[in-house]
Amino acid sequence: MSEPILELSGLTKQFGGGVKALDDVDLTINRGEIFALLGPNGAGKTTLIGAVCGLVRPTGGTIRAFGEDLQGNWRQARARIGLVPQEISTDMFEPVLHAVSYSRGLFGLAPNPARIEEILRSLSLWDKRDARIMELSGGMKRRVLIAKAMAHEPDLLFLDEPTAGVDVELRKDMWHQIDAMRARGVTVILTTHYIEEAEEMADRVGIIRGGKILMVDQKDAMMARLGRTEAHIALAQPLDTLPPAIAAFSVELEEGGRSICYRGGDGTGKGREEVADLTKALIASGIDYIGIDVRESSLEDIFVSLLGEEEEQAA
Amino acid sequence: MSFNARSAWSIYHRELWRFLRTAFQSVLAPVLTTALYILVFGSAIGDRMPEINAVDYGAFIIPGLLMLTLLGETTSNSSFGIYMPRFTGTIYELLSAPVGVAETLVGFVGAAATKSLILAAIILLTARIFIDYSIAHPFLAFIFILLVAAAFSLFGFILGIWADSFEKLGIIPMLILTPLTFLGGTFYSIADLPEPWNSVALLNPIVYLVSGLRWTFYGSADVSIWVSLGITLAFLILCVAVIGYIFKTGWRLRD
Ligand SMILES: Nc1ncnc2c1ncn2[C@@H]1O[C@H](COP(=O)(O)OP(=O)(O)OP(=O)(O)O)[C@@H](O)[C@H]1O
Ligand SMILES: [Mg+2]
Repeated sequence: MSEPILELSGLTKQFGGGVKALDDVDLTINRGEIFALLGPNGAGKTTLIGAVCGLVRPTGGTIRAFGEDLQGNWRQARARIGLVPQEISTDMFEPVLHAVSYSRGLFGLAPNPARIEEILRSLSLWDKRDARIMELSGGMKRRVLIAKAMAHEPDLLFLDEPTAGVDVELRKDMWHQIDAMRARGVTVILTTHYIEEAEEMADRVGIIRGGKILMVDQKDAMMARLGRTEAHIALAQPLDTLPPAIAAFSVELEEGGRSICYRGGDGTGKGREEVADLTKALIASGIDYIGIDVRESSLEDIFVSLLGEEEEQAA
Repeated sequence: MSFNARSAWSIYHRELWRFLRTAFQSVLAPVLTTALYILVFGSAIGDRMPEINAVDYGAFIIPGLLMLTLLGETTSNSSFGIYMPRFTGTIYELLSAPVGVAETLVGFVGAAATKSLILAAIILLTARIFIDYSIAHPFLAFIFILLVAAAFSLFGFILGIWADSFEKLGIIPMLILTPLTFLGGTFYSIADLPEPWNSVALLNPIVYLVSGLRWTFYGSADVSIWVSLGITLAFLILCVAVIGYIFKTGWRLRD
């Protein structure tokens, strides 16, 4: 069912200075999915995107796009790939409409004012079409770059930190945009430092660090596998020991017996049910409590703990 | 080998649009400089100078002055055209587009050459105000200017890719092109130089350009028009080869 649109195998990039920005990366992206590439600064995300988009020359490995080797077929492939770079870089003196129309022509497509208008409207830029890009706010500039990347109607779109420096409302707006792209069948690969964004948007998540892919999985599977529920139940009276009916849960006393901490579940909601059972058991055992705080671990927690483990192993 | 005419046209069109956006400044400075040269050397001093090869001194220096401006402006226009996108990062779009060396050259170099032709026309018209001159072989003159504009647009393009600072960008036109053009017979006939300077002068490639253009104006010059044309063409082909190599290796374009 899932048809690969991009296949990286053994992709390696060693920069002139000796930095290995990509180290034997194997990664397959499927048609129509939204893939989030997460990793700390300097992990190699931008380099990976650059290698596919022709900005960086890989020193090893192969890239297949749309089922064909990129090296021999770069023209056809690039015509179908769009890129929104991490840095805002565009001719600041150019009016918006002019810049976006140029991008379409550069990629070899005939002018299509109606399509350009549609793109600009969808990004709320139509009213600004005659403004010079320097007159726009940072968030709008970024949307111009997105419009430029969409102008040639790519099948595969790279968004390198599309929401960096974008306010909450606009970020939500961007998520809708990405949803709309998905609806049109565009495959999207995005990088972000806002993990909740990946949690919200992505079908699959890849975690990269030091040029190596640490983990690639369906987001839901990853969260189910690594997710946890954590609950803190503040007690009315401190306890010295837990009665057996309570100790049967994965709990421990904390804060000198004034609180019970539960850690368990698997990210599918099982933990919340257990917490509910736990409260019933507390009542049955005659233990009174004055407050409950339940938290599902986010992708961010998973991300942080995964990188933490990695660090420990390396040490 | 495929060629995407639409991509090439888009690049060409946008580069010219950028030129026209600042046309006044881009044209005014070189035209003013050239006009001053013509005024001082042609009109003021020219009257006291003897004719050279039966051509009035004022008229004699016009092809050389045109070449002086043409070489400098073409080289710097073209080198800026590619250096600025590298400097500001906007080159990412070009590199990620389905565009090869052919489209890039037709777009960027074509636009740079077009600007130079516009500039040349304005300078020649301005010169008419001060000096009475005529062009013996207008068609050949046009072809020759076109070839020189194309060759030095290519040369500027290489410069713009090679340079990694604004200083380097300016140094070649300042340090090499301008002196060589001054020494290349803009203000005198190298035939009037005593030996060995006459022979030394023939090592200066710019001599052939100035002389070639002068031939198309007045039907006589220091070297044969065919030698001039041949050298210009050879230089043009060399530049194309170098640029082809640059694109193949991605030198200074792709990390
Ligand atoms: N042109 C270059 N020359 C040398 N080293 C480079 C170059 N570009 C990137 N690097 C190095 O490669 C590594 C990966 O960089 P990259 O830009 O891909 O990281 P990233 O994951 O995109 O980081 P960020 O989240 O900060 O954008 C870094 O160590 C960086 O210093
Ligand atoms: Mg990056």
